[in-house]
Amino acid sequence: MSAPNLPGEPLVAVRNLHVDFPSATGVTQAVRGVSFAIGREKLGIVGESGSGKSVTGRALMGLLPGSATVRADVLRFGTTDILHASEREMRTLRGGRIGLILQDPKYSLNPVMTAGAQIAEALRAHSRLGRREARDAALAALEAVQIRDPRRVADAYPHELSGGMGQRVMIAMMLAPNPELLIADEPTSALDASVQAEILRLIEELVDRRGMALMLISHDLPLVSRFCDRVAVLYAGQVMEELPAADLHRATHAYTRGLLECLPSLDHKRERLATLRRDPSWLAPHA
Amino acid sequence: MIDIAKLDVRFGTNHAVRGVSFRVAPGETFGLVGESGSGKSTVLRAVAGLVTEWTGRIAVDGKPLGRQRDRAFFRLVQMVFQDPYGSLHPRQTVDRILSEPLAVHGFADADARILRALEEVALPRAARFRYPHQLSGGQRQRVAIARALIADPRVLLLDEPTSALDVSVQAEVLNLLADLRAARGLTCILVSHNLAVVAHLCGRLAVMQGGRVVEELDEAALRTGRAVHPHTQDLIRLSRDLETA
Repeated sequence: MSAPNLPGEPLVAVRNLHVDFPSATGVTQAVRGVSFAIGREKLGIVGESGSGKSVTGRALMGLLPGSATVRADVLRFGTTDILHASEREMRTLRGGRIGLILQDPKYSLNPVMTAGAQIAEALRAHSRLGRREARDAALAALEAVQIRDPRRVADAYPHELSGGMGQRVMIAMMLAPNPELLIADEPTSALDASVQAEILRLIEELVDRRGMALMLISHDLPLVSRFCDRVAVLYAGQVMEELPAADLHRATHAYTRGLLECLPSLDHKRERLATLRRDPSWLAPHA
Repeated sequence: MIDIAKLDVRFGTNHAVRGVSFRVAPGETFGLVGESGSGKSTVLRAVAGLVTEWTGRIAVDGKPLGRQRDRAFFRLVQMVFQDPYGSLHPRQTVDRILSEPLAVHGFADADARILRALEEVALPRAARFRYPHQLSGGQRQRVAIARALIADPRVLLLDEPTSALDVSVQAEVLNLLADLRAARGLTCILVSHNLAVVAHLCGRLAVMQGGRVVEELDEAALRTGRAVHPHTQDLIRLSRDLETA
């Protein structure tokens, strides 16, 4: 069922992506010429609120509101040109070949359906499974995200689940149709530190084992670099710097350095935290 | 300044806080850390008078507190919440938000105090007649801090004051809190799940798990990892693990 990909080309190609929103004062340029590619790897997209990181992810899924203007030289997933794809084509991508995990499972899960029924529904939307098969596949999906008692969780409503468990259900649902790319937009910001690490390790393991691509969107630079191969740092809708995650401590851009230096640290006592000096030149459009 | 002994909080069958005791000296900042559901915020809310189903002893400035708090208590103790989006009235201007505590406590020089409060938290004068939705997250948290401090309290309760903010804004707010604390000699309790933030602001802290304080330690012990309880060690390991980039 896997649709074709261009041989020798990365799974995702984004070149010179622009997203504009109409606003009271004219036009807000949320994304201003972002380019990147994702193969079978884990790419971290890091930035502060308003940097355009979530909008970039949503543009890739064609999930922006109709008021947004999206332009790009290339916006491609596999062989699909997202800017010109029909709604029907996009539906096979969304939830089928691309999974999306959002910050808070409380809002992304349907509150009046049990976890198992939601996963089964997602599966049936993307494959020809019967009810019974879908139900069994949903249990298998819950097991795959290391839920010890999948039957109990399958029968539970979202409000009966903890935040960490809700996020596991979300991951199970998104991975059940075997997508090629998983977009995780702040998947753990609503969770405790210990649960955060568990969930990210789980995502990392599943992505590695299935040979999927991951786009991890977050404001947390150290966290992202810990779980990704490469990191792109966004500021005001542009990529300031892209570098291998392992080389983060060797980041050269003043913005990346500033983000790292303003963090309080457990190991090193700092009397005063460095604050970020925003250089107006960072706003200038890149060539 | 703050003396808590054998504090218990029950919500129906949920025994949220179990026999918590600690003291905070004048001018000290005390940290409460733990995971969600550990009871750390509930302790803070019991001190603030937002939770009334408690037993045990809570004393502030030598005076034992009852369930109902009087106006004098709120002159003495103020609180800053996690989410500046939820804790400011959306239909009130900053001016109105800051005027209210002054009116409640009968201050005559409201105008001068509001200007001074804005200056103290480094907000531009133009922010005075804006609504919360017209401000950034960091500016909103500054308004919340200004509101807490405008009637000159001596105790400040901080419930995850920076966890909804970007790291660059977090640094600014943490610096601001450190400056205000030094300038005013404030006594603070800081609730946070972020050990690095707690180590930055607090001299001493208590680690909570399942409603109990499992360990009390000082900043040096936290930084060097000289913790005794396995839960504290777990939290420290985790924090290190996520910090090293």
